Amino acid sequence: MEILLAFVVGGLYAAAVYLMLRRSLVKLIIGLILLGHATNLLIFTAGRLTRSQSPIVPVGDALPPVPFADPVPQALILTAIVIGFGVQAFAIVLLKRAYQTVGSDDLDAMKATDA
Amino acid sequence: MKLLLVLPILIPLATAVLMLLAWRRVRLQRALNVAGATALLLASVALLAFVRRDGIQVVQLGNWPAPFGITFVADLLSAMLVVLAGVLGLAVAVYSLFSLDVRREAFGYYPLLHLLLMGVCGAFLTGDLFNLYVWFEVMLIASFVLLTLGGTRAQLEGAVKYVTLNLVSSAIFLAATGLLYGISGTLNMADLARQLPQAAQPGLTTTIALLFLIAFGIKAAVFPLFFWLPASYHTPPIAITTIFSGLLTKVGVYAMIRVFTLIFVQDAGFTHTLILVIAGLTMVTGVLGAAAQMDFRRLLSFHIVSQIGYALMGLGLFSRLALAAAIFFTLHVSIAKAALFLASGVVHRLQGSYNLKKLGGLFQPAPVLSVLFLLPALSLAGLPPLSGFWAKFALVRAGLESSQYTIVAVALGVSVLTLFSMTKIWAEVFWKPQPASDAVVAEIPAAKPSLGLLLPLALLASFSVVMGLLAEPFFALASQAAEQLLNPTGYINAVMQGGR
Repeated sequence: MEILLAFVVGGLYAAAVYLMLRRSLVKLIIGLILLGHATNLLIFTAGRLTRSQSPIVPVGDALPPVPFADPVPQALILTAIVIGFGVQAFAIVLLKRAYQTVGSDDLDAMKATDA
Repeated sequence: MKLLLVLPILIPLATAVLMLLAWRRVRLQRALNVAGATALLLASVALLAFVRRDGIQVVQLGNWPAPFGITFVADLLSAMLVVLAGVLGLAVAVYSLFSLDVRREAFGYYPLLHLLLMGVCGAFLTGDLFNLYVWFEVMLIASFVLLTLGGTRAQLEGAVKYVTLNLVSSAIFLAATGLLYGISGTLNMADLARQLPQAAQPGLTTTIALLFLIAFGIKAAVFPLFFWLPASYHTPPIAITTIFSGLLTKVGVYAMIRVFTLIFVQDAGFTHTLILVIAGLTMVTGVLGAAAQMDFRRLLSFHIVSQIGYALMGLGLFSRLALAAAIFFTLHVSIAKAALFLASGVVHRLQGSYNLKKLGGLFQPAPVLSVLFLLPALSLAGLPPLSGFWAKFALVRAGLESSQYTIVAVALGVSVLTLFSMTKIWAEVFWKPQPASDAVVAEIPAAKPSLGLLLPLALLASFSVVMGLLAEPFFALASQAAEQLLNPTGYINAVMQGGR
């Protein structure tokens, strides 16, 4: 399962980088979104995949019954998803404004600040 | 007294919330702005005094013991940088009152400024790697909005590059954090410092260290990763550029110093040499880029990149003197650079342009401004007795002690080129007569710089002078901070046992 997910993560990163290197603003934002997904899946995989119970401690016990899934990576991913959602929403609005102001969705048309 | 540790986060947060409640009452926001920034400065100075007297301070949030909960730690480095954030925050807060247009004020500039300060202080104070990511995002999202506030074409174009590259950096940071958790099972930085030396695969640790180097390298704008900075920093109003230049890249530098002194020191021969090489290349490319510019703000933007190289040089040399010099340098350059940006804003107010070719003849009508520009400019170039001289002197000496002669030669050469850039601005803006033909520009130029604009500039410039004339106590403090970084046992013990 780890091997499969490793390839999925790699594929997502490759697709994200490819899309971000294109000149279109729409592809840029899709690339950014894929980049976020790839990272979340990477954390999920790196945090060990276990087919087991939730880490809930029963009443009276000190430890959850083994084997249990590590909750920390899930908490990290949840936080990252929320942050990613906010940032991507901002990025979409920004790119739309940029498209409206510049009148083109070609990144090569946005060179005014590099001159 | 534990409250002092969270005050630098609570004060900007409370200020921003109060401002949002007073959304339509801009005058009240302006008052809150100054009050909040002053309170932040006072709290940060109190924190520094406290840390200096009683050693490293720790707060376990929610009373969860160390490796499980989120820890806030203030060692001397963090406390000094929080003071830096307080000083720059106050200077920019006051400067904004007199320089910002009504539209930006009405659309939430002040709350955003304070949220940015909250993110910066949070990043300096957290002791947890994932929490550091969260503070980076708080800081970034505030900076995204500040950068685009106003929505001019240049701002939006710059923001596309800024947002994209910073999101890439965040993704790499997050991925590296996840992988680090995968091999060590902890995200608390002090705990990581204990766990990693026993990690099963040292090669994997070095790989992750390099991922962090890339992620923080993008934030700090080092050599092959800096292109977003000169493309975006000059586009917003000068108050925003100033706070960005003073604090945002420095957070990247801080994060690098923190992880490469506390966590990733196992393979220092490789990682720190790489940092040294990057430092040299960053200095050279930045200063050469600056030499080619004729726009006041773009020229200064390239100098931000160049100066980051010096701070990294101290980290790469990795001795007590070098780290102390890097910390001293970071403080010096943030202040001096911010003063220069503020000066460029005042010049724009007077003559309506940032183009060096169109400016000129400001020495006679604005002598005070000229001096207030010249002091930080010469300090940046490293002329004695200003603060930049002592910072570079210490760096060069540390380089010589470590027998790294190449980087010393590069640092000295870049200093000369920096001096060239600064004298270029001086000659073009202040000395040469104002070109008659196209002096008239869109805005109506004011005759005299207003006192409100000069006051924050004077604060920063005099800080730079004081740091130079009284370098001894500042350097002693930086040296103590470096001592804490080089012997992380104190930090680790404080985090793992303290705070209860």
